[in-house]
Amino acid sequence: MVHVTRGFTGRHPATDDRLPPGQYLTDDFPVLSAGPTPAIRRDEWTFSIRDGDQALRSWTWDEFTALPAEDITVDIHCVTRWSRLDTAWRGVAIDDLLADVDTAAEYVLARSYGGYTTNLPLEDLLDGKAWIAYEHDGDDLPAEHGGPARLLVPHLYLWKSAKWIKSLDLVDDDDPGFWESLGYHDYGDPWREQRYQGD
Amino acid sequence: MRRWQSATVTGSRAETATAHTLSLRVDEWNGHLPGQHVDVRLTAPDGYQAVRSYSLAAPADDGVIEITVQRLPGGEVSEFLTDIAMIGDELEVRGPLGNWFVWDQEDPSPVLLVAGGSGVVPLMSMIRARHQADIQTPFHLIHSVRTPQDRIYGDELTRLAAQAGGPSVTWLYTRTAPPSETRPPGRLRQNDLDDGSSWTSGATPTCFICGPTGFVEDAANHLLAAGHHADRIRTERFGGR
Ligand SMILES: Cc1cc2nc3c(=O)[nH]c(=O)nc-3n(C[C@H](O)[C@H](O)[C@H](O)COP(=O)(O)OP(=O)(O)OC[C@H]3O[C@@H](n4cnc5c(N)ncnc54)[C@H](O)[C@@H]3O)c2cc1C
Repeated sequence: MVHVTRGFTGRHPATDDRLPPGQYLTDDFPVLSAGPTPAIRRDEWTFSIRDGDQALRSWTWDEFTALPAEDITVDIHCVTRWSRLDTAWRGVAIDDLLADVDTAAEYVLARSYGGYTTNLPLEDLLDGKAWIAYEHDGDDLPAEHGGPARLLVPHLYLWKSAKWIKSLDLVDDDDPGFWESLGYHDYGDPWREQRYQGD
Repeated sequence: MRRWQSATVTGSRAETATAHTLSLRVDEWNGHLPGQHVDVRLTAPDGYQAVRSYSLAAPADDGVIEITVQRLPGGEVSEFLTDIAMIGDELEVRGPLGNWFVWDQEDPSPVLLVAGGSGVVPLMSMIRARHQADIQTPFHLIHSVRTPQDRIYGDELTRLAAQAGGPSVTWLYTRTAPPSETRPPGRLRQNDLDDGSSWTSGATPTCFICGPTGFVEDAANHLLAAGHHADRIRTERFGGR
């Protein structure tokens, strides 16, 4: 049943078939975070791939930025309903980071500086679908957008693209991360409007 | 689980020249936590829909919830809600949503509330819940507004602050201050937040910051610099700059 709201005509902003349902286009880059923006020094930054408590691979900032990097142009969609098209990033493909890791794990828990976590199926990070990004629009990634480096998984709502990334933990179970345990969806596909648990 | 349901406007009152409180009657409402929000959906005759989030301003009263909306010039949804919506109109809501930016009434830690503009709405919900439940947890609200006329809930906050056991309330003015004010008008500064903390009786406060994105970013950095711990600071960014 459609409930027409008396007196509302709406602005009918430009749509685009690259815009998922319920999203609007913006040129701003609003911020969704649960707390203050952590300040992480590059000379203290490390990133690792972990299996349980064991670090399988670990990189310092200099080591990480010496890895082969890609320029990435993708659309991003935030659960707070804004989307941006053709955003430019530079970073390292997760495929490359996991190239010689042998694992039976089916899920990943992404962990951030500051304690944030988010859960994803491992296959959603593979085959050129996800990166650890450290530049945006040709500049260093600003702290409020996740710098020094963030996970970038553009085909899922942006809360999955963990800012201030510290490690990817290979895990057997899809245990909910931070927003997921507070009622947000475990998978978060913008094209199916998977905003909240049960969507 | 939380489906869209229709809501009828049962009350509308001006809080300031640009902010309006709407009361909405919802069929099924099982209460909410102070700090949570709803999504509001408007539908045009041709089927076009717009959705925005609005914080719940007060504890629910028998199936009636309240939101307070600040009109943004040219804002698609806020202009409709403040200027056009009238008693009897129907719109849709989904909620309550957001389980993080909430105050836990059982937690005895003192609470520091920092609001920019309409960011006071979810914080007022916490203040009203505390008052209704007659809880003595120390509360301190710092509200940054443009001018004295922009004090959303100004009278109610003044009244509550004057009561024994009420919250302490400080307004900061960014453009025009009342004549009695010694602080020169301006944006939030570091020393606006180092207030001696006498109200906390020495315990570590939980901090809630809410408002436009830029305000929240600044306030959170000031609180960190003042020695507050990152894991005791919760933020809600309303958008804008
Ligand atoms: C969790 C949550 C709770 C919220 N609670 C409230 C609330 O209690 N009361 C309230 O008034 N608003 C609240 N907001 C903001 C609200 O959802 C809308 O963003 C706001 O009303 C603007 O919508 P609009 O359709 O009028 O403007 P739009 O047509 O979407 O935008 C108009 C212009 O305003 C800018 N803009 C958008 N939001 C803001 C903002 N918050 N401050 C400054 N500029 C902005 C946009 O960038 C744009 O340029 C909340 C937002 C969130 C995410």
